[in-house]
Amino acid sequence: MESILELRELVKEFASHRAVDGISLAIPRGGFFSLLGPSGCGKTTTLRLIAGFETPTSGNVLLNGAVVNEQKPYERNVSTVFQNYALFPHLTAAENVAFGLKRKNQRDIPRRVREALELVRLEGKESRLPAQLSGGERQRVALARSLVLEPDVLLLDEPLAALDPKLRKQMRLELKEMQRRVGITFLLVTHDQEEALSMSDQLAVMNAGAIEQVGTPQDVYLRPRTRFVAGFLGAVNWIDGVGLRPEVTRLSRARPSNGGRFRPATITGSVFLGNCVHVLARLESGEETVAEIPRNNGTYHSGEAIHVCWNPSDEMIFP
Amino acid sequence: MKRWLGLYAAAVYLFLHVPLIILAVFSFNSSRFTVWQGFSLHWYGAIFQDPQLAESAWNSVIIAVAATILATIAGTLCAYGLWKRGSRMLTGSLYLSLVTPEIVMGISLLALFQWSFRWLHWRMGLHTVILAHVAFSIAYVVIVIAARLRTFSPTLEEAALDLGATEWQAFRYVTLPALLPGIVAAALLALTVSFDDYVITSMVAGVDSETLPMVIYAMARRGASPVINAISALIVVVFGGLVLISERVRES
Amino acid sequence: MTGGGAWERLRAWFLLPARVWMIGLFAAPFAIVIAYSLLTRGAYGGLGQPWTLDNYRRLVDPLYLEVVVRSFGMAAETTAICLVLGFPLALFISRSGKRKNLYLQLVILPFWTSFLVRIYAWLFLLRDTGLINTALQHLGLIHAPLPLLYNDGAVLLGLVYGYLPFMVLPVYATLERLDPALTEAAADLGAKPWPTLWHVVLPLSAPGIAAGSILVFIPSLGAYLTPDLLGGGRTVLIGNVVQNQFTNARDWPFGAAISVALMALVGTLVLFVLRRQRGSLA
Repeated sequence: MESILELRELVKEFASHRAVDGISLAIPRGGFFSLLGPSGCGKTTTLRLIAGFETPTSGNVLLNGAVVNEQKPYERNVSTVFQNYALFPHLTAAENVAFGLKRKNQRDIPRRVREALELVRLEGKESRLPAQLSGGERQRVALARSLVLEPDVLLLDEPLAALDPKLRKQMRLELKEMQRRVGITFLLVTHDQEEALSMSDQLAVMNAGAIEQVGTPQDVYLRPRTRFVAGFLGAVNWIDGVGLRPEVTRLSRARPSNGGRFRPATITGSVFLGNCVHVLARLESGEETVAEIPRNNGTYHSGEAIHVCWNPSDEMIFP
Repeated sequence: MKRWLGLYAAAVYLFLHVPLIILAVFSFNSSRFTVWQGFSLHWYGAIFQDPQLAESAWNSVIIAVAATILATIAGTLCAYGLWKRGSRMLTGSLYLSLVTPEIVMGISLLALFQWSFRWLHWRMGLHTVILAHVAFSIAYVVIVIAARLRTFSPTLEEAALDLGATEWQAFRYVTLPALLPGIVAAALLALTVSFDDYVITSMVAGVDSETLPMVIYAMARRGASPVINAISALIVVVFGGLVLISERVRES
Repeated sequence: MTGGGAWERLRAWFLLPARVWMIGLFAAPFAIVIAYSLLTRGAYGGLGQPWTLDNYRRLVDPLYLEVVVRSFGMAAETTAICLVLGFPLALFISRSGKRKNLYLQLVILPFWTSFLVRIYAWLFLLRDTGLINTALQHLGLIHAPLPLLYNDGAVLLGLVYGYLPFMVLPVYATLERLDPALTEAAADLGAKPWPTLWHVVLPLSAPGIAAGSILVFIPSLGAYLTPDLLGGGRTVLIGNVVQNQFTNARDWPFGAAISVALMALVGTLVLFVLRRQRGSLA
């Protein structure tokens, strides 16, 4: 199956720095793909290169196998959902959604607009202006506006960043569901690892303009290939150059005898998080560790001497 | 599209600037006709030999400086007061004074001074012109200072009060210094507006308080003379310089 | 406003000078003018009893109505031309990146040098013995000077030249505040540059265009100096009539009535604009 979107050795240099440093990526058709990374890693620039708002310094962007470097945004069959939605304030929701269709002189616009608004569950709000819509509603209009054009790829630039936390969690499920329903390839850009993990079929982790790993959420979280990926996807305890997730780090008062590894340590504190407890311990060799334990697994007091133990198969080792 | 816009912009800028440039170039023309006959500073010399020009220029300077001082003080305090709490009446009247046609402002001030002459025996002279100039300059000062205040955080004054300053001291030692560039810019603006005024001045000036614009107007009415070109060139350079300085100060 | 009593007192003192000036040298004079407009012309000029509305009735006299209509027409033409010329310039400046300030100053600069000088520049160019005619004759393109001056066209040119920055600046201010993502979104959705301009940028510049139009229309309506110098005696606008009443014709009450009517119109327009801007001198 040919990838719908491919980046080959893509480089983008600005006057001050190299934002994208030779990345290559093949995005399969029909799935939910994410670009994950901290701010400044080049993920937004990559998105803009795909959309056509920037031209590559070198390398190629291929859509459906054809090089599109020179194509303007209005010539490419990709559509962007902007971070702050960029809804046209002087047009109603329906007019916003119809905008792209009118520019391409499509037929049957009222029906397609209606269907798009139904897809994002905004029936009844067609004649509202963006100023009269809530943040979540505006996002849906932005989605409908792009989806109605049936692009090859839908680009989403941190679409959930502007929403409040509860709405964010709900929208994650809705976006995932929407992608499955319409079947269009979604490419999401975010710095939130929970978002990327929960929504993606596959994701690429970026750092300083380069891709450090591509894989499924499980791959990337459980088998990170670099220290950066390990640290970005979740918390890590570093012991002797080996990485351990807090949820596989356990504590034991007695010396463990089940074949696992262990180190003597002193408790330095504990944090109650509601559904679990994070216990902080300092190893004799000096490393600070965090163990995530269920809340009814006993209480640990500062100053106590315990053993930090783990299973060798849970270790994350890096070259 | 960018290319077309650039070409168009160039054309408009030429339209705006070329007439003044031509004016300046011909001020150096040795002949009094509009045919170039050689470079000469003759007309600039003529300026300094004309006593009427000298006196009117001096009047203009006195009026502009006096009016600027008064307008800047009144305008700065006003902008600050309005920043504390608006006044629709005052803001409305200031805005109105900006858009009132000069001729209307001129005749109404004339009416006022006629009335004050009749009942209070005040004569028309430099002082009436100064009063008039302040009246139309205040709004400009308020605009500049108000814009400056918009970028000023009120929490700074609150911090000053918290540390023991009185309200006046907060203004005097915290806000006022921060406004200084804006005040300078506003003053320069008021200076140019006042110096250049013709319509209002001509209506309220007394017999012996002719200003430079009034003399220029009379000369232009009589027929063009390269002396006017020379004066114009000088004015453009001086005013232009003042405006540039004002913008520099405002941006700092 | 924070605090209370002390701030209020300070504010009251601070507003006093401006208030005194606005009342004493703006409102009061105009009140006097209103009074004058209701009086009658005295035997030797000046004023006299009785109180009357005659001056206002004279305003609808065909002779003066013609002047009013012509002034409106000229002000409207000036505004329209300034819009057509000024909008693309404002657009250019808003897209010029780092050089924005430079280009802005290039617009502001000629404006703040003397208004009189700027009108005189056109006198110098357009007169029968002015530069344009001299040059054209020199080149053999014409044999007699073209009557470029002392007509409506010259006045229109002078007005546009004088008030163009008043249109460019507010339009620029609005364009500058336009979210750049909106033009990107339009392109993303398939709109080429010209359709983007027409469907997105132009509608969203409406506030700036409205502000600019008012700032050009009102001074053009009350213009005096431009029609006086560039129109000779031939282009007579409201401003010229008013000035004439207070000098040559010595009919102060009538001049006052015209001024009051003009100000009534100006005041209405200003109220309209202020309502939109909610009282901020922007």
